Amino acid sequence: MSDPDPAADAAIGSKPAAGVATLNVQLSPGARAMRRFRRNKPAMLSLAFFAILVLLILVWPMVAPYAPDVTSDAQLQAPGRQHWFGTDANGRDLLTRVLFGARVSLLVGFVGAGVAFVIGVTWGAIAGYIGGRLDALMMRFVDVLYTLPSIIFVIVLLTALGSIGKGWATRHFGARAAAMTPMILLFVGLGAVSWLTMARIVRGQVLSLRTRAFVDASRALGATHAQILWRHILPNVWGIVIVYLTLTVPSIMLYESFLSFLGLGIQPPMASWGSLVAEGAAQLNPIHIHWWLPVFPSALLVTTLLALNFVGDGLRDALDPRGES
Amino acid sequence: MSGARPTPDDWRRPPNDAVYFLKRLVFLVPLLLLISALAFGLMKLAPGSPFDRDRVPATPDVERALKARYHYDEPVWKQYLRYFGLLWERNEQGVMKHAPPSFDISYRYRNHTVSQIIRDGLPVSMTLGGLAFCFAMGVGIPWGVGMAVRRGQRADHFWGLMAVLGVCIPALVIGPLVALAFAVRWQWFPVAMWETPLHFILPTFTLGLLFAGKVARLVRESMTTTLQSEFITAARAKGLGETAILVKHALRLALLPVVSFAAPMLADLLTGSFVVETIFQIPGVGALLVNSSLNRDWPLLMGLVLLYAGILLLLNLLADFTVAILDRRVRYE
Repeated sequence: MSDPDPAADAAIGSKPAAGVATLNVQLSPGARAMRRFRRNKPAMLSLAFFAILVLLILVWPMVAPYAPDVTSDAQLQAPGRQHWFGTDANGRDLLTRVLFGARVSLLVGFVGAGVAFVIGVTWGAIAGYIGGRLDALMMRFVDVLYTLPSIIFVIVLLTALGSIGKGWATRHFGARAAAMTPMILLFVGLGAVSWLTMARIVRGQVLSLRTRAFVDASRALGATHAQILWRHILPNVWGIVIVYLTLTVPSIMLYESFLSFLGLGIQPPMASWGSLVAEGAAQLNPIHIHWWLPVFPSALLVTTLLALNFVGDGLRDALDPRGES
Repeated sequence: MSGARPTPDDWRRPPNDAVYFLKRLVFLVPLLLLISALAFGLMKLAPGSPFDRDRVPATPDVERALKARYHYDEPVWKQYLRYFGLLWERNEQGVMKHAPPSFDISYRYRNHTVSQIIRDGLPVSMTLGGLAFCFAMGVGIPWGVGMAVRRGQRADHFWGLMAVLGVCIPALVIGPLVALAFAVRWQWFPVAMWETPLHFILPTFTLGLLFAGKVARLVRESMTTTLQSEFITAARAKGLGETAILVKHALRLALLPVVSFAAPMLADLLTGSFVVETIFQIPGVGALLVNSSLNRDWPLLMGLVLLYAGILLLLNLLADFTVAILDRRVRYE
């Protein structure tokens, strides 16, 4: 099996010798994963989609003929040459609103997923690996956080910390930054709940994995706990972690729109995909179907999450310890 | 020489596991107390009082009288003890008397007690949540197994797309859509309300679809991983049929992450859904959690939080138990 992939050659830093079949073995796990990922077409296409989306979000405000929160007389217009995605009940251009809403939604989704990844995986892995008393203590902590009423939690966060945060931000970063504090606190609130189920899932997997023969084997070979956890147990957990992360992103985005709907999150006239979908859904009735209002935000949401799933699948296959070269 | 090898007895659960779960069960009580104290403190930190009126500002006298009547002017620790009926205080004659507990008195619904409000709504929410859970598991598990078996093929991509749709289209959109299609246009099912089993179908579908999609995605992943294991290769080598391998051997391990995920999910479902209950006009407790938070109806919110906490802690305990049964190698102590 001669290997023509230039990425692999770059990774090992040598020219391919004809007929050398065992080059792959020398690849480090990271380089091997990179190469596997690059070969995954849906994953690479999805990455390209994300790049284009981010570019569009950054560039559109500069070239857009409409501002996201300026109302006009062109109310509830169907998609056409003037307004590619149509307009809403206040005559605002839907395309502009969707692209502005993307900022909030993508930020919320990825911040939530980031917290779930860092705190959730660390917490769950340590609890599951060490087990016993510490496991009980750490998991009861998760339970307690899970049961506290999240709406009150966010209210307290926004009000109690809101004024402190605002004063601090005004002093250090100016008034424009201070206006962002409620949003940052919202991120904190969403992040605080996003990692809990992740910790439970990782802990359950690690509890099952730590008793398997390969862990005993590496312990017998003198591996430290950190090595066992990082090199032997966690690689078997990445798959489920990645899948659950791709599930965390939409649920955090939808939770943000729920909080915004209650008046606790993003305030109108700002928008997020979730709030745009909700606004559109409110317009669903048997008499006038302004289909573009829910359809365009939903379509972009679905496409983004689909791309995220493909990237997740690609990562999963790339990191799979049992996968082929 | 047989000492080095595990005898069949070694694989049986040692008796101390029963002790472990009993301990956890007993531990629920202090845990619930801790949660109640934290929730109580959180509520006192939140701004706004339950006696703020939307339009007519109460005169200071009225407000003071209201606060005194509900003991809202007391120190927090006293209110907390009073909530559970653990407070003794002097009455006008100077005699120590037991103060009646205040957990049952809703600030908002003056003609109902908290327990009565919950007792009225909970069976409805639990029925809906239980049905949605059965739907999510019954549809999600075969869905995920099917995708894992056909991984990378066209069927996997199609059903994967369906799962993504289910996961990211909110109930706020799916609810009105299925109601428009199946209730208004084709009139197969009633539009709203909660009376006959026919009324149950649309809300169950709306509520369960999201979780079915999530379960399907999780099962697909864990099934894929499990099917790569050596013991599956061994089972194949033994000549077992694919169905037997899937159902008898692989599914056990593949369900582990689903069990960890399902416990909080079921607790969420059983205590009602704000969105679905609002869309379909279902008299459950789902809207109460949100409304009592926004109205600062602390006793009602406390009741709901403790109910939710009790259900969640029990289900998490049950989940750990189930994990130990599904994977005999798991040891908690």
